[in-house]
Amino acid sequence: MKADKETVLTGAHFIDGDHAACEGAIAAGCKFVAGYPITPSTEVVERIALRFPLVGGIFIQMEDEIASSIAIQGAVWAGKKAMTVTSGPGFSLMMEHIGYAAITETPCVFINVQRGGPSTGLPTLPAQADMMQARWGSHGDYEIIAIVPNSPQECFDLTIRAFNLSEEYRVPVLVMMDECVGHMTEKVVIPEARQIDIVERKFTKKPPGEYKMFETNGTMVPEMVKVGDGYRTHLTGLTHDEQGYPAMSPKVQQRMLRRLVDKILLNEEKIRHIEEDHVEGADVVVISYGITSRVVLPAVNKARKEGVKVGHIRLITVWPFPESYIRELAKKVSAFVVPELNLGQIVHEVERCAAGNAVMQLVPHAGGAVHAPEDIYDTIKGVIEHA
Amino acid sequence: MLDQQTAEIEVPEAQNPVESLLRMDRMPHIWCPGCGIGTTVNCFARALEQSKLDLDKVAIVSGIGCTGRVAGYLNLDSFHTTHGRAIPFATGLKLANPDLKIVVYSGDGDLFAIGGNHFIHAARRNVDMTVICVNNLIYGMTGGQVAPTTPVTAKGTTYPYGSYDPPFNLPYLADSSGAGYVARWTVYHVRHVTKAIKEAIAHRGFSFVEIISPCPTLYSRRNRLGDGLDQMKFYKENSEIKNGADTKEVGMDFQGKIIVGKFVDRERKTYRQLMNEHLSNVFGEQFTPYEG
Repeated sequence: MKADKETVLTGAHFIDGDHAACEGAIAAGCKFVAGYPITPSTEVVERIALRFPLVGGIFIQMEDEIASSIAIQGAVWAGKKAMTVTSGPGFSLMMEHIGYAAITETPCVFINVQRGGPSTGLPTLPAQADMMQARWGSHGDYEIIAIVPNSPQECFDLTIRAFNLSEEYRVPVLVMMDECVGHMTEKVVIPEARQIDIVERKFTKKPPGEYKMFETNGTMVPEMVKVGDGYRTHLTGLTHDEQGYPAMSPKVQQRMLRRLVDKILLNEEKIRHIEEDHVEGADVVVISYGITSRVVLPAVNKARKEGVKVGHIRLITVWPFPESYIRELAKKVSAFVVPELNLGQIVHEVERCAAGNAVMQLVPHAGGAVHAPEDIYDTIKGVIEHA
Repeated sequence: MLDQQTAEIEVPEAQNPVESLLRMDRMPHIWCPGCGIGTTVNCFARALEQSKLDLDKVAIVSGIGCTGRVAGYLNLDSFHTTHGRAIPFATGLKLANPDLKIVVYSGDGDLFAIGGNHFIHAARRNVDMTVICVNNLIYGMTGGQVAPTTPVTAKGTTYPYGSYDPPFNLPYLADSSGAGYVARWTVYHVRHVTKAIKEAIAHRGFSFVEIISPCPTLYSRRNRLGDGLDQMKFYKENSEIKNGADTKEVGMDFQGKIIVGKFVDRERKTYRQLMNEHLSNVFGEQFTPYEG
């Protein structure tokens, strides 16, 4: 399936990441957005509010982020593609419904334009400190997919991918932008609609009566229905059986939860999206994501000029974490350097996967600005000297 | 001969008259003996039958709690959402498919404590939905804690010496927030409840029906009010029908008079009408209305 040419703004644009994400959602077929104003993400929904009356979508400004994050799920069960957009404090309020989307397998997209925290923190300044919250923020065990763009162009491209993945796996997909990427204005090329691949929802072809809400038939992802088609299904946030009925037993819990987790983890390689630079034969590999990946470039270039064999990996999907990839790589390199705009989050994942096979060095930053490239350069030099 | 004829008479199997609207594969339900929720479900089912709506186009959305389980027992497209969030879920569902008839069915704690903000905003916007609140004056499922509806001096486990926390007057809250239809009845008034639900469902815009209902296990027992039947007798003797009453005057005291009736019935443009009319005025032919 291709995007709808009536809605895609084909051409070269000079826009910021927030606006590009909005265009990505429209191109992906999003028809319902609920949101609540919060810096630095508001420009996404402001543009949605401007554009939707012209492309047949509905935007509603809800009373808070809790309402926004569940209103979109109502729209999804009416058969539409939907998303909400927020930043740290709002993201905290949305945790409840990331869990609801996970257990009910409701495909939807959450954009978080990250700012410094905790609490109100740094409303107008960047951070990458919600990465663990994205993974673990709602209670209970579950898996989500999280994608991290590093440019306005990617805000467009990856928002489309977020919608596609959410439909493919029936999972909430989180686009983890940050204030820099959200407010950075660059050239964004929006291709023609026929060049944009769209994943449509898999609605069941079974007649009512034969269809069961969570029957998988050998696949990992059940087919969906929409309200009003006569299926009269029941959806609950309680642990449920294949019929969708509440069934609170250790056995049903095990079966349901195992599949919710496995449908993502067993497809990690398919979901994986990594950019590699000079990794082959590297002694040291810098692992970064989002805006930080762009600050890494001058640091690794300078080190390379001095003869240091340094590679760079950019994680574009951070969750599910590319565990086997990092594990294998750790056997080939002597050290990893992990700069992130927080005091240490993804570095712990890298360390876990490296399992002692490589030296680990975090380059922390409390947020509010990006790293100084020199800090990353100094760390690279430091691990080489000690390796 | 006579004996043979008698033997041939088929005795019809006893069947619940609203069985077609229930998920019989989920029975028995979880509600306690003497609880009023089942009575409200019966009234709701009869109202739906009488409404002649296409039931494939009716969706029911509940929150969490004893009444939150209603969605799971009705043979409709049904959603058991998170605590307090049935209304915003229903808002998304209704806006995304305007052909649906949406009923939110939940308890007083769910709708007016954790969900209170969503209630007033949906009423303000006049989103086209019916909210049915089974008000048992207490948190049932979690074990008898006070609710924002518990009358002052009534006991709950979290106010063991009697509540001093002033309660909401729900019809007044709904009225002042903009609801177009507001009624209150008790589970004693089954015909009135059925009629009110039918009217609320037929009403275009945000409609609200409060149904006072006994919780014998956790409210009546702790407050020494007898069992479910005693509560029904109390409703019979202490309810006063006042259609069109000023909602300011219908607040409830502990074991005081219960003013019941249809209080509000007025037309307002729905959120969807307001949206489409306004955007059509602004954009003219450029406006691309959402197709649903």
